[in-house]
Amino acid sequence: MNGIWTKRRNVIRWAAAVAATAGTLIALPAQAFAMHISEGILPAFWAVLWYAVAIPFVALGLRELQRRSVEFPYFKPLVGLVGAAVFLISCMPIPVPTAGTCSHPAGTGLAAILIGPGLTVVVASIALTLQALFLAHGGLTTLGANIVSMGVAGAYVGYGAYWIIRRLGLPWVMAAFLAGLLSDWATYAMTSVELAAALHGGGSFSGMFSLILIAFVPTQLPLGIFEGILCVGALKFVRSRKPELLRMAAAGGAA
Amino acid sequence: MKKTLLILTFAGLLLAAPACPPGRAASWSGVDETVIEKFAEKAGRTAREPFINTDQGDLLLFVFLVAGIVGGFIGGYNFRVLFPPRRGVGDEKHV
Repeated sequence: MNGIWTKRRNVIRWAAAVAATAGTLIALPAQAFAMHISEGILPAFWAVLWYAVAIPFVALGLRELQRRSVEFPYFKPLVGLVGAAVFLISCMPIPVPTAGTCSHPAGTGLAAILIGPGLTVVVASIALTLQALFLAHGGLTTLGANIVSMGVAGAYVGYGAYWIIRRLGLPWVMAAFLAGLLSDWATYAMTSVELAAALHGGGSFSGMFSLILIAFVPTQLPLGIFEGILCVGALKFVRSRKPELLRMAAAGGAA
Repeated sequence: MKKTLLILTFAGLLLAAPACPPGRAASWSGVDETVIEKFAEKAGRTAREPFINTDQGDLLLFVFLVAGIVGGFIGGYNFRVLFPPRRGVGDEKHV
């Protein structure tokens, strides 16, 4: 009898989860509001150069995945969960009333704390490739540049911030908040570098860089703070429900 | 619970409190349009259509829905592996 009730409860839970997911997604606007550099924006030289920068980081991450999957039995599900989270977070447009525009967090700061920056580059690359192929979000010619800004810069800055703050003996809440915040801002700073490098023409690189960075500020300043809060919330959940995941992450992550 | 509510309220206020800059209507466009493409156009570069263009009518909405369901399923499945539900009153082994 109890078995039947348990089964029914599981079916209801599944139905509620599917309905909630579908409802959330139906509420998304039809147009893709992206932050990635769109197809065709970068000249060929810069597109190839950013691919060349991104590839070694992806290769390093893949090697780390192989090594750590053998060491820790729960590592693959953790990478799967973090990968799905990065994919969903990085295609979720959030309206920012201070600017009247939309943008999205990247989730790479949190991912770097949990699975390490190397693997964060891998999951970000997969997310960006799927978005470029099927969601009109970013582009294949600009994929290298987008991997460098969201994957490499976001992950390594977020990881670095968390690691340094923890080594200074400061509270984990502060470390997690700054990891989320700085990883978000680093992503946009890197995007500004990429755009300024490719588009400054005869003008000054630093002038163009400052202009683009300032244009990002009204949207990304509050969104970075939001990402910091998101990072603290997620890490608090993991710490309270399964702290051993953080010990496992510490072998390659910063937790 | 209280802390979560406090954090959510703070985040909501932060995002919603100040109105859109005066004299500018909220377009809710992405920063790719308002920043990236704007600067690119000034420099003589325009965004090209994606190789697989799903941005046609409601097709993009469908693709987003499918991507969300697949991503949500993968995330949910792994979440359950990592954080199995806690045993509570009414569960088979508890009774």
